[in-house]
Amino acid sequence: MEFLSYLISGLSLGSVYAIIALGYTMVYGIAKMLNFAHGDVIMVGGYVSYTAVNMLGVPGWLSVLIAMVVCTVLGIVIEGLAYRPLRAAPSLAVLITAIGVSYFLQNSALLIWGANVKSYPSLISGTLKLFDNRLSISYVSILTVFACIVIMIGLTLFTSKTKMGKAMRACSEDKGAAQLMGINVNRTISVTFAIGSALAAIAGVLLCSSYPTLVPTTGSMPGIKAFTAAVFGGIGSIPGAFLGGLLLGVIESFAKAYISTQLANTIVFAVLIVVLLVRPAGLLGKYVPEKV
Amino acid sequence: MSKLRNLDKTSKRNYFTYLLVTAAFLAVTFMNQGGLLNKKMQGLLVPVCCYIIMALSLNLTVGIMGELSLGHAGFMSLGAFTGVVVSQSLMGAIPNEPLRLCIAILCGAAIAAVGGFLIGLPVLRLRGDYLAIVTLAFGEIIMDIINCLIVGHDEKGIHIIFNFKGDKTVADLNLLEGGTAIIKGAQGAVGTKTIASFTGGFVLILITLFIIINFVRSRSGRAVLAIRDNRIAAESVGVDVMKYKMIAFVISTTLAGAAGALYGLNFTGITAAKFNFNTSILVLVFVVLGGLGNLMGSVIAATVLYILPEALRQFSEYRMLIYAIVLILVMLATNNPKVKNLFMKIIPTRKKGKGD
Repeated sequence: MEFLSYLISGLSLGSVYAIIALGYTMVYGIAKMLNFAHGDVIMVGGYVSYTAVNMLGVPGWLSVLIAMVVCTVLGIVIEGLAYRPLRAAPSLAVLITAIGVSYFLQNSALLIWGANVKSYPSLISGTLKLFDNRLSISYVSILTVFACIVIMIGLTLFTSKTKMGKAMRACSEDKGAAQLMGINVNRTISVTFAIGSALAAIAGVLLCSSYPTLVPTTGSMPGIKAFTAAVFGGIGSIPGAFLGGLLLGVIESFAKAYISTQLANTIVFAVLIVVLLVRPAGLLGKYVPEKV
Repeated sequence: MSKLRNLDKTSKRNYFTYLLVTAAFLAVTFMNQGGLLNKKMQGLLVPVCCYIIMALSLNLTVGIMGELSLGHAGFMSLGAFTGVVVSQSLMGAIPNEPLRLCIAILCGAAIAAVGGFLIGLPVLRLRGDYLAIVTLAFGEIIMDIINCLIVGHDEKGIHIIFNFKGDKTVADLNLLEGGTAIIKGAQGAVGTKTIASFTGGFVLILITLFIIINFVRSRSGRAVLAIRDNRIAAESVGVDVMKYKMIAFVISTTLAGAAGALYGLNFTGITAAKFNFNTSILVLVFVVLGGLGNLMGSVIAATVLYILPEALRQFSEYRMLIYAIVLILVMLATNNPKVKNLFMKIIPTRKKGKGD
């Protein structure tokens, strides 16, 4: 029974990673940049939702929508102001800019909401008891896993069926050719950032519901882990990010439970390294050989 | 004099870098003796040296070898804790502080070199962003492992235990009477005797510059540059990619370890958490803003950017915000053609097409 409860908490954590990783992987697939500010958008999402519930008194579900809208706008603004002017620049320059944006968001949050730890009220409380109370699952966990599956299916359909989705895939394949086919590359990248940031907002709310401490650096570690998850599953691949996120969450949960709390991160990263050595493009990534 | 004029551009630049560092050292030393530096500035001297060495060594990996490393602070941490352990346990045997500092730095560098070699084996087989994420992972792993480390020293020698389960304390070291705990797990190294000196930092910077400048102009260095510029072409003329990348990477981590040892011995207490991902990023920012492959740029960027947040203390809450905005604006100004042209018009003396 213990095993099951660790598995479920791992799946719940993994779902949050997966949602963040989906955002990471989409942005990477199209803009070919490591968006280090993604983790901080999660934090902003958490804070906005917190403020909406505590200051404005709106219901929880509405606060999620508000957070999504704010983060979407934020994502588009960041992309337009900081990343778009650097489209032709070397990738390191974009990386440093992303780090600058990350610092900017963290310190803005520090100025707006202060350094004090905010305790986030969970969206839904209560637990589901099974097997004569021997196994209890919090409703938040169920919601998280459910949300993750819905998002992943939605994104897969979006990228394969809609016009915009096809444009995204075309851009990630070859930007120049896509432009020649009449695709507005800049708009496509903007939309990708918008979707990624909206997902980050959802992830922020779900993360804070499970782990209710909210500080300006809340997003950093989950951001790095989700990035790891995206690489783990094969960066640029949507099912890969989903799989990578879930696996990472489960590994972390089991490592904490059975091996050592101190070394949980070490084990997660060690697994990543081993996977990359065996499959250099990640679990579901496509290996593209270089042509001379 | 004519000999000096006949030197090629790179040599002139390199000599100028040595000269600049020496001049800065002398100027700061005189200012310090004249009482022009306050306590706070004095406290910054050694850390600035450490970060200059970190930036120089990371420049070797990122600028000269062309591979992004996000875990450089991990090697600094290896060097720092090795240095502290060595210095604290040799306290009785070698009372002379500068000598002990040298030995501690050498040991820190050696351990970081071994770490760099072991980590380089898997890491250097990967490419691009995958390499970046794996170095990040190793940086975090090193931090976690040092966080579990409990080390003490007594008459019998050094005692080490790993606190993986979180159930061990200093008492489990079973130290003899008179023994001291040097590293206490997550609390880090405590009660370190600070023996790092500004002069030591200066000498180490010169050594670092000497090593990197000469490495780049050696046969191995040229091979590394060839691999950076075109790996496939280099491979096809018989350059052993793995070997030369490994040489550059190990030199880079060794120097980071030396910087770490100096850093560790400058504070009475340090924790492994100090050397986290953010520190790696901080150094990376120095390197990129200073210019990839540009050693003088690294020295200047590390100095200015390390002191800048301290100098902005009066704006306390806004300083990191300002720092972030400056960072973004500088990247836009140097990399966007439109903004760049605008700057060119304002500053017409700047030569066109000069590096970034």
